[in-house]
Amino acid sequence: MFSRDNWKEIFETIQKNKLRTFLSGFTVALGILIFVVLFGFGNGLINTFDDFFGDDATNVFYVFTGRTTMPYKGYKANRTIEFDNSDLEDIKKNFPLFLEYITPRITRQDTVKYKNESNTYPIWGVGPAHQFSEMNIMMKGRYLNVEDIKNKTKNAVVGRLVEKDLFGAQNALGKYIDVGGSMFKVIGVFQDDGGDREERNIVIPYTTQQLIEKNTDKIDAMVIGFKPEIGYAGAMGFEKSLDEFIRSKKYISPQDQNGIFIRNVADQLKQNQQFARVLQIIVAFVAFGTIIAGIIGISNIMVFVVKERTKELGIRKALGATPKTVIGTILLESVFITTISGFAGMLIGIAILSSMGEKLEDFFITNPYIDIRMAVIATIVLIIFGAIAGYVPARRAARIKPIVALRDE
Amino acid sequence: MIEIKDLHKSYQMGSNSLHVLKGLNFSIDEGELVAIMGSSGSGKSTLLNILGMLDEADTGEYTLDGVPIKNLNETKAAKYRNKFLGFVFQSFNLINYKTAMENVALPLYYQRVARKEREEKALKYLQQVGLKEWATHLPSELSGGQKQRVAIARAMAAEPKVLLADEPTGALDSKTSYEVMDLIQKINDQGNTILVVTHEEDIAHMCKRIVHLKDGVIVEDKKVEQVRASQYV
Repeated sequence: MFSRDNWKEIFETIQKNKLRTFLSGFTVALGILIFVVLFGFGNGLINTFDDFFGDDATNVFYVFTGRTTMPYKGYKANRTIEFDNSDLEDIKKNFPLFLEYITPRITRQDTVKYKNESNTYPIWGVGPAHQFSEMNIMMKGRYLNVEDIKNKTKNAVVGRLVEKDLFGAQNALGKYIDVGGSMFKVIGVFQDDGGDREERNIVIPYTTQQLIEKNTDKIDAMVIGFKPEIGYAGAMGFEKSLDEFIRSKKYISPQDQNGIFIRNVADQLKQNQQFARVLQIIVAFVAFGTIIAGIIGISNIMVFVVKERTKELGIRKALGATPKTVIGTILLESVFITTISGFAGMLIGIAILSSMGEKLEDFFITNPYIDIRMAVIATIVLIIFGAIAGYVPARRAARIKPIVALRDE
Repeated sequence: MIEIKDLHKSYQMGSNSLHVLKGLNFSIDEGELVAIMGSSGSGKSTLLNILGMLDEADTGEYTLDGVPIKNLNETKAAKYRNKFLGFVFQSFNLINYKTAMENVALPLYYQRVARKEREEKALKYLQQVGLKEWATHLPSELSGGQKQRVAIARAMAAEPKVLLADEPTGALDSKTSYEVMDLIQKINDQGNTILVVTHEEDIAHMCKRIVHLKDGVIVEDKKVEQVRASQYV
């Protein structure tokens, strides 16, 4: 069945029936191409999701302040709520069972200079635990530590791209940068999976930032990490008691929607993961549909091919072709065409996906890709079903009596 | 070479049964050139299909070169056809995307003859029918008579015991018909057994024996003085 002679016969048939070859090949190639691209785009959507939500720790609350909208306990509405250092201590004291770490965050923006280079960067006044909530990875040097906070040192840790912008190929470690008029010593460089924006941050001790700002003790926001072992329910409970605690301390009505805000990453993450899962199911469904459509397409073409060849097959049978050789020829031919074009379609699809990269980020598709194994399996499935779809009409053709096939129209 | 005894064949046409062959008996010796004549509906094509193992008789015996032909499955029939028989059809039935040579070589492909040998043999038979220069042409580039000659070369290529020709001149004008008959006579002269189904008197008289069929029975079986087709060419 696989002799060189048979292959030669098949190649000749394929070569001399270009339209037929093209039609069946095109269907399969297109089916696989669409499958690969769709599936890749689906993965790209999921990637975007992960980028948005996956770069920070998930066992974290962000607590922000706002303006009250309701009068409460003798305080008027429209009062600006502010946090200060005592809030950090109070939360530490009151929630030892839940709390893993707490860090303030003072968010500023300032011009940063080194020699002739200058640029504007976000400056974050934070505590050492901020490294965990942001999941910053140290490339060199160290992060802020307790001593920095206590001594209000002028040490700064910069993002990877800050070093690149200001220092080029040079090592930033130990150099002094001008941050809004004050000189800071670079003690570390970090990287972050959250993308470029996250690597253009500069962090300094929050106490130092407070000192610069006329020795205030105000902080913008608090980042609170809870122990992962308390679980989802524990986190929800912790969020509720934390909310109650801050409201009573700051005299905010429990009904007030503003005043303070707690962003619970765990809760958001759960929703996002659900959304991503739904997305994945939709993508899988669409991809499955594409494969089914491809199978139907190739089946139709096989029926057409066999119908078109009925007379030829009748001649071949009259000349001594056995039913087995007839089926074998048709199947080998179709499997050969579908294999070649299927893998061609797959490779083109993968090439399209990899050429996309970040070009479609505006459409929330980042780095679309498809697992090669997945693509190969889909291609093989289509080839197998193409063969099965070809087998049925081929068997019928092989059974037709030559006299019927040869009857003049 | 061919021997049939009490051959019956009927076709089911809806609720009626159509008795096409009603007990045929005859035998053909090696080297004969036999014409089977009859008007349409006489059963001549059915007989040829049974002889060609393209169809099977209901009852009766059929022996081909000493081999009883019965209870054939598709595979066996295909092998016997390939080994014993060569076909020539009214509508030529060449494969239109294959060249003349490839068409002639096709039965050899099914005999598992090596490619080179196939091509040599195909060329040899094309030369015999006078079409060696046309070997690389497609059937669409050939005239009707040339196509039939390619078809005859194809039928001969497998070196069959018997050549079965179903109205070989049916689609050709009379001049071309005589050319084809001339070729068939020459092949017969080399000792090949040939059966020609025809409804044309002049074609039948170019054979050596005429079997006349009417309504499924042999009404006449006579040897005739062969008219050589070469005198008309």
